[in-house]
Amino acid sequence: MSDPNKPAALDRSDSRVRHDEGIGGAIRAFVDRVRSGDLGMLPVAVGLVLISAVFASLNPVFLAPNNLVNLLFDAAAVGCISLGIVCVLILGEIDLSVGSMSGLASALIGVLWANMGLPVAVAILAALAAGAVMGMIYATLLNRFGMPSFVSTLSGLLALLGMQLYILGPTGSINLSYNSALVKFGQILIMPHWLSLLLAILPGVVMVVNGLSVMRRRAAANLSSPGLSVLLAKAGLLTAALLIAVVYLNQGRGVPYMFGLFVLLVVVMNYLLTRTKWGRSMFAVGGNREAARRSGINVNRIRMSAFMLCSSLAALGGVLASARLATASQQAGTGDVNLNAIAAAVIGGTSLFGGRGSAWSALLGILVIQAISNGLTLLNLSSSLRYMITGAVLAIAVIVDSLARQSRASHGRG
Amino acid sequence: MATSQPTTHAAKGEPILKLRGVSKQFGAVSALTDIDLDINAGEVVALVGDNGAGKSTLVKVLAGVHQPTAGSIEFMGQPVTLDSPGKALEMGIATVFQDLALCENLDVVANLFLGHELKPWALDEVQMEVRAWTLLRELAARIPSVREPIASLSGGQRQTVAIARSLLLDPKIIMLDEPTAALGVAQTAEVLNLIERVRDRGHGVVLISHNMEDVRAVADRIVVLRLGRNNGIFTAETSNSELVAAITGATENAVSRRRARKEELEQPA
Repeated sequence: MSDPNKPAALDRSDSRVRHDEGIGGAIRAFVDRVRSGDLGMLPVAVGLVLISAVFASLNPVFLAPNNLVNLLFDAAAVGCISLGIVCVLILGEIDLSVGSMSGLASALIGVLWANMGLPVAVAILAALAAGAVMGMIYATLLNRFGMPSFVSTLSGLLALLGMQLYILGPTGSINLSYNSALVKFGQILIMPHWLSLLLAILPGVVMVVNGLSVMRRRAAANLSSPGLSVLLAKAGLLTAALLIAVVYLNQGRGVPYMFGLFVLLVVVMNYLLTRTKWGRSMFAVGGNREAARRSGINVNRIRMSAFMLCSSLAALGGVLASARLATASQQAGTGDVNLNAIAAAVIGGTSLFGGRGSAWSALLGILVIQAISNGLTLLNLSSSLRYMITGAVLAIAVIVDSLARQSRASHGRG
Repeated sequence: MATSQPTTHAAKGEPILKLRGVSKQFGAVSALTDIDLDINAGEVVALVGDNGAGKSTLVKVLAGVHQPTAGSIEFMGQPVTLDSPGKALEMGIATVFQDLALCENLDVVANLFLGHELKPWALDEVQMEVRAWTLLRELAARIPSVREPIASLSGGQRQTVAIARSLLLDPKIIMLDEPTAALGVAQTAEVLNLIERVRDRGHGVVLISHNMEDVRAVADRIVVLRLGRNNGIFTAETSNSELVAAITGATENAVSRRRARKEELEQPA
């Protein structure tokens, strides 16, 4: 490895930079990052462990496999909404109407599919289209009139809620057939064990194959790599964690397809955000809008895409929620849905201040939120207490975000 | 539109950019009035002027950030409207802004390639990193790591990144707004070398600077702006005091006062 005759790698010629190599180096770099305020996924991981420990000690049922399976079923709908919130938060914008949007979407499913008898696919597409149109309206209000998204989506919250009540009519709630594929998907469909095990191994394999190819290409281009040991250790840890989780869930009913769909969306969104020009532009607009504009990025179009994605994902979340509850009611999307979706994104490490975040934050954040909600329900606490505790958790998450931001600024990490 | 007005200066190459009667108003304020400017291939044009003379506004008009209120812009013989930064970049007008316009949350590579990433649907990070290092090497830049966010770099390092970014697309014209203000001695020399290298490759260079030494070292023509108007075109041979006089607008006063005094002396004789 350390051939003295070999010229220094292209990125290793500056002696002022410490180059972390091997597993020890990777750990040291991680500690440095955390100390400078680049917390990443750390708070959410710590939070998840703490919450699980507390609830498990109060009520052992919390950690029972079937309770966790239920938790995953519940997490998928709000998780989808939260994934959309991540998009607008990265731009430094906000969408406060996602709850109402999901409620309207579930109402559309009820009216178009259950009442009018249209094919379920048409109803779902109509709900998604309604979401896309709403996102387009928000983005247009922002781009054309400079209306802050905070205000436009706040008025959208009320308008969409009104529309939901209007199309549901006086009956107020529409039941969906338990024999339909949609409701089965939302309530009972579980992956076969072999499939869930296979899917648990897949990420590690992809990581190693992809990592090796990147290492090869970097070596060919005379760039340094963190090293094979780090790659294998990361992939091994990930695979072990996923396998333990899946095997444990398979002790109960298993991994829901609906949760699989949510994770798939997270993976796709992660790819779009980190590996495409669109994702790069999103972070650029969130970090410094004027700089992005001067680099030739069409800021208006980026905003349009983010708001449309957010509202469409909120609509999809509403469809999943109606499938989960087998009903489209006036209560859908109200209450704490909005706050939970936003809290999940922030708890997961997406900054409210724009320019920072990741698709994974929706996944990890919603697990925390759902664990709290599930645990409190198991303790037979009323929703009044649940709201207060969720509110406090959101406040703590924002404080952590704020402090980390100040620390990053003082450590020169943007 | 295509008024083939003969240029008053010996052109080294063909004209790239021609401005005629360009004005820009911000409400009641006329930031630019009736500006004429020619930029030719293989030529360094320095824009000098006091604070508030309209230099940065002119650069922003050419970069497509501001739209002129009046006047015509001709690029490669064709009348054009620069209505967005993207369009200016596409035509080959690259700009290093005074505020650098970098995204502090992104790393050096991401900033260099912002808006022009390789392989938009599967970013080619390795290739981009290699090109980033090569470009920074060419500029003799001292950037410790291209994978650190811009926020961790010093002012001079950020300046270098911004200049490197403008060169990435091989533009026809590169405009530098105060490029040496934040740089050390060696880096200033590097930037001046770089300006000459870019000029020798046949690009047009527009340089804005308050540093007369830098300006005279590289400029073929020195265009003076004063209060948003053209106030004379000079060469590197022009004396410092003459330039300063044109910049501060002291010429008329000083000259007229001198003349008046002379005439007074001559009259009694």
